[in-house]
Formats: sequence, structure tokens, C-alpha cells
Amino acid sequence: MKTMLNIALPKGRLGEKVYDMFEKAGFECPSIKEVNRKLIFENPEKAVRYFWVKPTDVAIYVERGAADIGVAGKDILLEYEPEVYELLDLGIGVCKMAVAAKAGFYDDPRRTLRVATKFSNITKNYYASQGREIDVIHLNGSIELAPILGLSDVIVDIVETGTTLRENNLEVVESIIPISARLIVNKSSFKFSGTAIEQLVAGLSRQIKEEAL
Amino acid sequence: MELGVCALKNDEKAVFAMRELYEKYGYVQYKMSKFEEYDLYVRNKDFLVSDHVITFTDMDGKLMALKPDVTLSIIKNGRDRKNSVQKVYYVENVYRVPKASAAFQEIMQVGLECIGDVDDYSIYEVMKLAAQSLATVSGDYVLDISHLDIVSGVLDSLGLRGDQRAEVLKCIGEKNAHGITAICKEAGVEPGKAIALVNTYGSAERVIPVLKDMDCAAEAVEQLEKLVLALSRDGCRVNIDFSVINDMNYYNGFVFKGFIRGISQGILSGGQYNKLMEKMNRTSGAVGFAIYLDMLERLVGEERKYDVDTVILYDDSCRIEAINDAIRLLSAEGKRVTAQRSVPEKLKYRQLLRLRERGMEIIENNA
Repeated sequence: MKTMLNIALPKGRLGEKVYDMFEKAGFECPSIKEVNRKLIFENPEKAVRYFWVKPTDVAIYVERGAADIGVAGKDILLEYEPEVYELLDLGIGVCKMAVAAKAGFYDDPRRTLRVATKFSNITKNYYASQGREIDVIHLNGSIELAPILGLSDVIVDIVETGTTLRENNLEVVESIIPISARLIVNKSSFKFSGTAIEQLVAGLSRQIKEEAL
Repeated sequence: MELGVCALKNDEKAVFAMRELYEKYGYVQYKMSKFEEYDLYVRNKDFLVSDHVITFTDMDGKLMALKPDVTLSIIKNGRDRKNSVQKVYYVENVYRVPKASAAFQEIMQVGLECIGDVDDYSIYEVMKLAAQSLATVSGDYVLDISHLDIVSGVLDSLGLRGDQRAEVLKCIGEKNAHGITAICKEAGVEPGKAIALVNTYGSAERVIPVLKDMDCAAEAVEQLEKLVLALSRDGCRVNIDFSVINDMNYYNGFVFKGFIRGISQGILSGGQYNKLMEKMNRTSGAVGFAIYLDMLERLVGEERKYDVDTVILYDDSCRIEAINDAIRLLSAEGKRVTAQRSVPEKLKYRQLLRLRERGMEIIENNA
């Protein structure tokens, strides 16, 4: 029996886009489009098994080998630094990690900067590289509220179109790094399911190149 | 006493097999204390897998640590040698916080070090023993081998310095070609050779011609070819893969990592660590590896569904000799047997028997 390739996709719109790319690369699994409450979808003919997981959890599934392959945002990879291979930039889910503050904010260098964020690790690394002392305030959501209520001076968050920021009178102060969806692979799986993974990577690379033209 | 193999867990079986293997090649077991002065780890913090160390103050006020690593102690206590090598192996528990975990764990580590006048044969022998150690766990293994002089050569040829050099090195470790392209574009250099290093992996036949075309670190390429071909001829399942990038501040030359199908992370890690030796004021060369046995319990075949095979129920009417005979009879068949007056709560068993005057009566069969 052929070994199944386990693929963790991030729940949501990005995951659906990613599945379409995998399908075009020859790793289709029609049952995934059925409307039901199943968690796992298989296509034994293509030896592939998909499952949807919370986007922040994809890297954990792949690092620990529950999934051979996954798709995760670069933000998640920078934040958790999982031990995985990052084989492709899929060029979708494009946005950036940025520092934002209330419009007209003056960063007084004499004071410790209070930074609210979901991405504590990225924030610490970024400000350490700038030699700036900060107070990280870890929040799990509604980050934009923090500077408005005076909980923090700035926020570090993902900015896609900037609409939420504008509507709350916030603006991007500095861009940290561009973000997009990445194909990640478990290191051990890469050694033992190499051929199938190489085929998938080749199929996805073709689409990325076509899209870039 | 002969040991029943079925009673041993995967890691215990592996330890027996590895010890036998190392002794065969003349490696001597190195036994050491569980504690070491904390200072040793502070000075070489980056060499450790995790920076967390359990410390305590000894009776004389010295700050001590429960060993998070064995190699540093071996180097500290060894002597430099000329024209020969010290060959040692160890089976020790170490205490550290594994990555992706938030608590200290006691991890059994088996390792081997070859210290002194290290030549190509010594490196070959250590890598061969690394491959054979993996084979004792499972025939389905791969030993990935890289050569840091080749990686350095490629980085030198790109002309990158400082942070950008470190970032490209990190990308090589992640097989992240798009990341290398982006960094090189920003620096205005041609990424071709670094990308070739990421995209070229596998057998010597596949990789060496690409490396020769790259014209970088020719001497290292020749050494890599010689040793990898020799290992392949010996039946070792080795691959060349430059994503193995141990810390270049400590390691030099050959570095390698071992994987086993069914275990999600590498379980063996090793290489030449002459730079660590220099940092510790030693003049000898060194090569070695460590195997982390904690992950072996996840291997298929380790799962047990029952605590015992058979529960024998007895009461006051049963003679001690009769109970003993019943256990002896069943354990001779290789069964795990427990004699009880009643079934203990939550005990999972395959078969339940009751001891009667005239023999045993089967009450329940779960098999």
C-alpha cells in the first residue's frame, strides 16, 4: 500500500485557495468540497489526505509529523520558529507585519516603548535588532484597541489593506517584513516521502511562475 | 539471567545494541557524575540544544547544574593527544527543555566521541557508527551528511557579511530558496550557488557533479565524495544534504543528522567540533554524535494494549504452591501474569482466569 501524504491546510479563505493550487498540481481530493462535518478527507487513488486546522496550528502539526506538509503564513513561522523546511513562497495571502500607532504619534526615545501584539517573538526580535527597550503586552485579539485606550504606545500586527487601521485613526509607522503563505514540510517526511513531495513542489512551482508572468 | 526481549522498550533495546556496537569498535564507556559546575555551560551556552539548565548551590557554595549535555564534560576532562585518538561512548541522562516544550525533561542520550588526532578514517568510522546506530533502531533510516567548508565556501563566494550571511545560512537550513533569492536581491549579489546548494541533495552520484561544477572548496568536495562513497559501499544509507547546518561557531567540516521513518524529527546529531575544542583551549580535533532516545517510544510497535496478559484470581482455599505453579506455567508461554485476589481497578488484561482446586477456569477472554 502506498503511504498517504498528510496535508494540513489552514481553515478559511486562504486554505481554500491553497487547496485549489494543490488540486491543479495533481493532488486532488474531490470529497473536500462536500458540505459536511468531516474533519479528514482522503483520496486513496492519489495517496493524499487533507485536514483543516487553525492557521496558527499548521506549523505544530507539521513540526510534530502529524502532517507531512502544510501551508502557513510567514508570520506564524517567524513567531514560532518551527523546525521544518520552508520549500516555497506560494505568493498568496500577501500582507506585511508592521508597527502602527495613533496618527501623529511621537516616539519619545527616552521612554520604554509599550508594544501590544499577538506576535511577541517577532516584536522582541525586531526591537532587539533596533536596540530599543520595549514592554511587550501580549494580546490575543483586537490589537488595534490597545493604543486607542492608552494600553500601549504602538502595536505590531499584520496589515493587509490598512482599512481597519484607518477607520480607527491609526497608521503604519514602520514596516517590519512582508508576509505570504509558505509551503512547509516535516524534515523527516522529506527524507521518506521525497518523490511525492518533489512532485507537489514542482506542480506548485509551475503555478507560481505562471502567476508571476 | 537471560533477558526477555519482549519486556524491553524500543529505547532499552537500542541502548543494548548500540553499546555492543561501540564496544566492538574499541570505544570505552565514559561514566560521569550527574552534576557539573554551571560555569562550563555559561561559557558555551550556544553549544547547548536549549539554554535552560537546572541549577543548585552545592554545600561549598558552588553553583552546580544537572547535566544538559555530555560532550562538554568529556572535552573538559580529556587530554590532548598526538598521533592517536581517545574513543569513548556514553549512556547518560541529561536534563533540558526540548524545543516546543515548556518543561524540563529527563532525556536518555547515547553518544560517542572521538578526540585527538582526527583523520579521514576517524571521521568515516564515526559516521559509519552513526549510521549503524540508526540501523539498530530501524532499517528504514537516513543519515544526512553535510560539509560546512563547502557551505562556507559558497557563502564566501557570495561576498555576504554579518546579518545577511547569517540569514542565508538559516535559509540553507530551511531549504528556503525563495528566501535566499530575496536576500541576495537586496544585497545585489547572484544567488545561484546558494540555491544550487539547497536544491541539490541525495546520493553522491547526484550531488558531487553539481558541487564540482560550482568550483567552491574543492578540497572539501573531494573529502565529502571519498567518505560518502565509502559509507555507501558499506551499505550505509547516507545522503548528502546541506540543510544540516550546525552552529559554525562550534562545528567545522563534516556535520550530520539521522532520521528514522515514523519519527518526526532527527534523532541523531553530530559532526566535527574542532572550533569548540579551540574555545576550550584544546589543541586536538574531535568528531562525535549523540542520539536522543526519548523519541523512540513514538515508533510503531511500541504500543501495548494491555497491562498484563493474564490475571489469575485466587482465594484463601488456594495453596501458595498452586498459585506459583500456575504463574510459572503461563509465564513459560511468554505471558505477563499477575496473581490477584480480585481484579485491580482500571487494570487492562487479555485474559482472566480463576484458580480452582482442580485447575484454572477461564472467566474472560479479551484477545
